[in-house]
Amino acid sequence: MNSNARRRPRDLLRIEDLHVSFSLMGARITAVRGASLRVLPGKVTALVGESGSGKSVISQTAMGLQPPTARVSGRILFDDPLSDEGPIDILPLPRDGRKIRSIRGGRMGMIFQEPMTSFSPLHTIGDQISESLAIHSGLTGTEMRERCEDMLSRVGFSNPRKVYDMYSFELSGGMRQRAMIAMALVCGPALLIADEPTTALDVTIQAQILKLLRDLQQQMDMAVLLVTHDLGVVANIADEVVVIYQGEIMEAGPVETIFQRPAHPYLKGLMAAIPHFGMKRGDRLKPLREIEVDQDSLLSKKYQARTGPDVILSVRDLSKTFESRKDSWNMPGRHKEKPRPAVDGVSFDIRRGECLGLVGESGCGKTTVSKILMRAIKPDAGSVLFDDGKGPVDVLNASGAELQSLRTRMQMVFQDPQSSLSPRMTVGDILREPLDIHDYGDAAKRRMASKALIRAIGLDEASLKRYPHSFSGGQRQRIGIARALALGPSMIICDEPVSALDVSVQAQILNLLKDLQKDLGLTYLFISHNLAVVDYMADRVAVMWAGRIVEIAPREIIMTAPVHPYTRALLDAVPFPDLERPLNFETAGRASAVSRESWARVFRDDETGSEGMAPADLGGGHFVLARRNADMRELSS
Amino acid sequence: MIRYILWRIAVMVPTLALISVLVFTIIELPPGDYFESYIAELRAMGEATDMAEIEELRERYGFDKPPALRYVYWVGGMLTGDFGYSFEYRLPVSEVVGDRLWLTVLVSFVTIIFTWLIAFPIGIYSATHQYSWGDYGLTLAGLIGIAVPNFMLALVVMYFANIWFGVSIGGLMDRQYLGAPMSWEKVRSILSHIWIPVIIIGTAGTAAMVRRLRANLLDELNKQYVVTARSKGLPPMRVLTKYPLRMSLNFFISDIGSILPSIISGAEVTAIVLSLETTGPMLIKALQTQDMYLAGSFLMFLAFLTVIGVLVSDIALAILDPRIRLGGGARK
Repeated sequence: MNSNARRRPRDLLRIEDLHVSFSLMGARITAVRGASLRVLPGKVTALVGESGSGKSVISQTAMGLQPPTARVSGRILFDDPLSDEGPIDILPLPRDGRKIRSIRGGRMGMIFQEPMTSFSPLHTIGDQISESLAIHSGLTGTEMRERCEDMLSRVGFSNPRKVYDMYSFELSGGMRQRAMIAMALVCGPALLIADEPTTALDVTIQAQILKLLRDLQQQMDMAVLLVTHDLGVVANIADEVVVIYQGEIMEAGPVETIFQRPAHPYLKGLMAAIPHFGMKRGDRLKPLREIEVDQDSLLSKKYQARTGPDVILSVRDLSKTFESRKDSWNMPGRHKEKPRPAVDGVSFDIRRGECLGLVGESGCGKTTVSKILMRAIKPDAGSVLFDDGKGPVDVLNASGAELQSLRTRMQMVFQDPQSSLSPRMTVGDILREPLDIHDYGDAAKRRMASKALIRAIGLDEASLKRYPHSFSGGQRQRIGIARALALGPSMIICDEPVSALDVSVQAQILNLLKDLQKDLGLTYLFISHNLAVVDYMADRVAVMWAGRIVEIAPREIIMTAPVHPYTRALLDAVPFPDLERPLNFETAGRASAVSRESWARVFRDDETGSEGMAPADLGGGHFVLARRNADMRELSS
Repeated sequence: MIRYILWRIAVMVPTLALISVLVFTIIELPPGDYFESYIAELRAMGEATDMAEIEELRERYGFDKPPALRYVYWVGGMLTGDFGYSFEYRLPVSEVVGDRLWLTVLVSFVTIIFTWLIAFPIGIYSATHQYSWGDYGLTLAGLIGIAVPNFMLALVVMYFANIWFGVSIGGLMDRQYLGAPMSWEKVRSILSHIWIPVIIIGTAGTAAMVRRLRANLLDELNKQYVVTARSKGLPPMRVLTKYPLRMSLNFFISDIGSILPSIISGAEVTAIVLSLETTGPMLIKALQTQDMYLAGSFLMFLAFLTVIGVLVSDIALAILDPRIRLGGGARK
């Protein structure tokens, strides 16, 4: 047994019986209870759990970066393959002492979720990367610069010399994450701790970063501790999986075992709660914690039996170009670059009672469209016609009483449940405010209405007296939905309603939205960058790219037989929580601006300009943006 | 960048023109002029007034002309370096201000250095040891410093200096050096007097700066990039000075704009209480006696310094903070 143990590879990182607790307002909150796990050298170990499960705390503690208020016990053994000393216990080392500092950055690197804030905006990228080298290596200035530039080119910068002298805010999110990886790896660490490295990124960029991590991990033969909540990421990159729930390790083992034979009910539940492709129309997600809702009480008659025209919202040729702030810094009379339009000739119809999904990478203009529909932004051109059976309304030019009544019929659910509810109002006040504004009934009636609303979203009536901060993210989002429902709208715009939420509550919110739609006959415009979520929710899907709708079709067609190369690339980049369907790293994750060059000629507008492009009808409600004179056979090939 | 600076300097011209109109209007607003209050004063003391002389003075300085014309004379004079004539002191304005200006600059400058030297270490300590006893104690002391008015503190210090040590601490130098040419003895006398006004004027500024530095630094200390720097193995002091401290300095630089004029105007009320030979008391007196050229030119000077100060701080910010220099619309 003993000799057997010696022949096995030594564990690079071994966490034994780790307890971490924080004191908060005098109370002790336990974040990690007796967690034990190991990271093998040269392997990717994924630590999976929902937010608040303690996974990030473990990753920080492994580097001695936990907050000073944390009380820690247990052992964290780091066995550096380059040192003969044997395993070092990280925990008893003095905070920010010499020993731990020599491990940090040198032998262990770390990358974080937020590439936006992980860099100091006042120092150049090169300065911040070479800082690691200055601490851990004895290289001279020019050697350090060479090493940095070499590392920058390895993480995929085509012009490392230039990037070295750039600032973080001059790079896009994906590029910043690449620079972050270069910074963590420049000293060649034995272990990389990646804390949700792709969560803040778009799906195509996520695929790029995953590929990069995978490649570098193999080239440099280093181990990775990947902290994530996304089982799709895990299936595509991890060798070993550790599942954590409320500070306790639930299940650990090789990725094959975990995915094929999940033993623990929590893991099974987690897998059933995530929307995935190929779900049938009637399939329903199973949230980890089911909520009891009572929609009968909801002003139901108001919603029932909406008759009217088939198309509830008709958008035509919407365009909007933003003036960039940079102009104010230019001298008067200086040549200005013509800004690219944020929304460029967008047209679509939403039919009564359907859910139209709007997908695209960040910056493609989908949120701008939603803001135009809500009259928060004035478009440069275009028209929007709304008709839910009470006569058509010109949304963009409505004013006075007409606008007031339009507001009651079209409502919005926002992305961030933290900032979209006023912290100074009770939930009751929040739900009553729309009723007050629109003079709905008397005080007693408004109180009744708010009680009905809160029951409809599965919270109890006592919640009305509480303030938003005492609710969890998922509960807050439900309150946001209740507020949108208060006036009995016929249409709701949901702008990324679940992207700020944890996987385990996503399913709750999606199911709630689905049920409400069915019971109240609502119409949704559902905006999301998550294709799996849109697949679950939408009846039809519109794909947006660079301010234009490039493809629109019923969801089955978009998901199974997309025509436009951008839609295909988008679908290819989604990681599935399924070992049988690995990401194709070769094609996935090429930046759309780059891969655009390889699109078929009919989809490109370089020679003709945007005037030459028009939606081509492929039948069955399937339209794709292509050249006017495009041949049908050419399109579907 | 150079184009930007040139552009900003060009914009300064209309700004200053507008300010000069405002200053002139405000000074003209009270009824009468210097001579009327001068005559009234003479009559009250029962002395005879030589109306002819006064009329001649009035004519010489254009007081019989319409205000618009006098404005043109005034601005035109300033542009050619003639700041007018102080009737109160019966001297050209430039000579009246001259000596006092340098003393004011000296006091203010030493005060600012004093403020920075005290405020920086305390602010950093308070922020890095948030909610410790040291932080609480320094916060309390700082709040007292903000709450007590400077002139009040000056009175208290003067009172106790007199009771306990039997010395009078007013003034910036011993009496015999007033008006005397610069000499080693005079410098020594100034240095031995200057620390009291510096401490008194500096307290409120120090306390306010400690509070602001602490608040700014606390915001920055919890940022992600601080953890990033620590995860690279940077020693704690280096992390602090290179990243969060540097970030929290922006407020400090944008302060330059307001520091410059306050250097010159120099804590008027405290200066009166301590009878300092700075410009503050002089400005107030000039405004009281409607000594129009003195007050007007001085206010214009302050306005000019404010505009210059804002320009300097904007340029310094652009140099020190790449987000301002390069960001523009590119920021998300």
